Amino acid sequence: MHNTDPNAAAAVADPVIEVEGLAKEYRVFDKPEGLAASVRALFHRTSRAVEAVKGVDLVVGRGEFVALLGPNGAGKTTLLKLLSGIITPTRGTARVLGHVPWERADDFRRRFALVMGQRNQLWWDLPAAESFRLHQEIYRIDPARFEKTRNALVDMLDVRRLILQPVRELSLGERMKLELVAALLHEPEVLFLDEPTIGLDVVAQHTIHEFLRDVQRRRRMTVVLTTHYMKDVAALCERVVVITRGDVLYDGSLAEIVDRFTTHKIVTLDFDEAPERALIERFGFPCEFRGPQVVLRIDRSRIADVLPEVLAAAGIRDVSVEDVPLEEIVAELFRSDTRAHAAAEAGS
Amino acid sequence: MSGGFEAIRPPGRLQGLRTWWTMLKISLEERLVYRGDFVLGTLMRFLPIVTQVFLWTAVFSATNRGDIAGYSRNDIVAYYLLTMLTRAFSSMPGLATSIARSVRDGSVKKFLIQPVDYVSFLLAARVAHKLVYYAVAVVPFGAVFLLCRGYFPPPPPDATTIAAFLLSLALSFLLGFFMEATLGMLGFWFMEVSSIVFGYMLVQYLLSGHMFPIDLLAGVPTGLAGVSLADVVHWLPFEYTAYFSAAVWLGKVQGTQLAWSLGIEAAWVVVMAVACRVAWRRGTRRYSAFGG
Repeated sequence: MHNTDPNAAAAVADPVIEVEGLAKEYRVFDKPEGLAASVRALFHRTSRAVEAVKGVDLVVGRGEFVALLGPNGAGKTTLLKLLSGIITPTRGTARVLGHVPWERADDFRRRFALVMGQRNQLWWDLPAAESFRLHQEIYRIDPARFEKTRNALVDMLDVRRLILQPVRELSLGERMKLELVAALLHEPEVLFLDEPTIGLDVVAQHTIHEFLRDVQRRRRMTVVLTTHYMKDVAALCERVVVITRGDVLYDGSLAEIVDRFTTHKIVTLDFDEAPERALIERFGFPCEFRGPQVVLRIDRSRIADVLPEVLAAAGIRDVSVEDVPLEEIVAELFRSDTRAHAAAEAGS
Repeated sequence: MSGGFEAIRPPGRLQGLRTWWTMLKISLEERLVYRGDFVLGTLMRFLPIVTQVFLWTAVFSATNRGDIAGYSRNDIVAYYLLTMLTRAFSSMPGLATSIARSVRDGSVKKFLIQPVDYVSFLLAARVAHKLVYYAVAVVPFGAVFLLCRGYFPPPPPDATTIAAFLLSLALSFLLGFFMEATLGMLGFWFMEVSSIVFGYMLVQYLLSGHMFPIDLLAGVPTGLAGVSLADVVHWLPFEYTAYFSAAVWLGKVQGTQLAWSLGIEAAWVVVMAVACRVAWRRGTRRYSAFGG
């Protein structure tokens, strides 16, 4: 199911991120159980290598908005850390804006930003306005331009009244909005977002989606985002890269993922009153009865033939035909990979 | 190209200094959030000196001698007051542990991602910390020195001595900063540095002159002919964080010896600044390779 095209580099116009065979191995020390074993471990520690990212190839062009998906521990955050230069790889190469990220050149660092949903970059005890001022200095932003950018960003997120309040007094959602403003003041060409909407309510998530989409389009910024919320992906990303166990499992458009990995449609029928089960079950599709409502999963290949027949059933008040939710598709994708992996392990 | 480039001004000659100034101002504001804690902390510092004075009064009355290692009873009180002043410059409470914490909890990442130097940033924050401290401490310090002016030897020091004294204070700040910052950088190698810091504090307490004037070690042999423990300590960095400035004010170090000592102090500042930088480089390299 490897979907990475080796010639992808040529296909992407104006590549901003170019990654080839990138791998990161961590050495973890086993902590043995029990006191005696712990004492022995003082003198002799056993360690093993864990490959968090193994040979990732990826090319991202300017202005793309890419989602990195994968189960916990798949290597998404490790990949973002490699791309932002926090860690050095075990092997492989990466170039972001023409720079090797882990060389951490100031010229590179002035042109990108990383926002982590679970980490603060603002000064905790001071109003965000002070952190913004510091960013103006360290990123060397022209004062007039700084003023303009800051005002535009705080107005887009409607947080102007919050910037003079100490950050520690703000809610998680408010803090996240201000983190985003801080990260975008220097107008980065590349933005890495690590679970930016984690723990936020629906309204805040929605505001942040609108904001990111707007800023990204306006600036033609390249954005790579990791998330567990499919709402983020559906709202923002055209391209999806699925990573499992440190490897790229799928790289393609969001529309294609839905197309390739869904075998059926979800048909919801509303009746005046609860229908007879046999009436629905005779079609032979998996179905679920919820009082006057019935949910059917019908094979995509057969939907055109079957639907008229289904609709002919007496007493139908309303009908809807939908794709399988994205969550389900992705969960299935992760699961099928785990099964394939287990099968391969058993076979070898 | 997107707007990113136009937004960046070419680095002016003073850009680095301006960034530093901004860091200083913001750190000042941050420190002022905790001014109440400062006032209390400052007053608490005067307590140990009272016990020291009682102890030495007892020592003097027991020995019935006019002076010990060249210090009269009054000199000893003046000495302790002066070391307290020096330590207000050289001590760096919480610096090493906060650096180690930033490594452990990952907040040090910010300094890998953003175009800002961690050591300069820490220095700005510490200068701010000290400035706020002095602003609070000037009143109690002034009062104590005024009340205790009788303990100081009568002829006030000349201009050269005062200049050397001030220079030694400034250097002691830098020395204390770079020693503790280097210690904190060990957090890249060890999960917990508090026991290392404790060991350092102990050595520091004994050899800096904080506990007793280093002159007391002049009679302690080292095994080498004609070399006392005090001679060895003069070549170590510790005494420059407490004893030295006090000794300069009291006129115990003069002439070429004074120039030499200032030279040794300045050399240690350079050595520790380089050590700190090297530890940061190696530490971040290790962090990038193993942790993150």
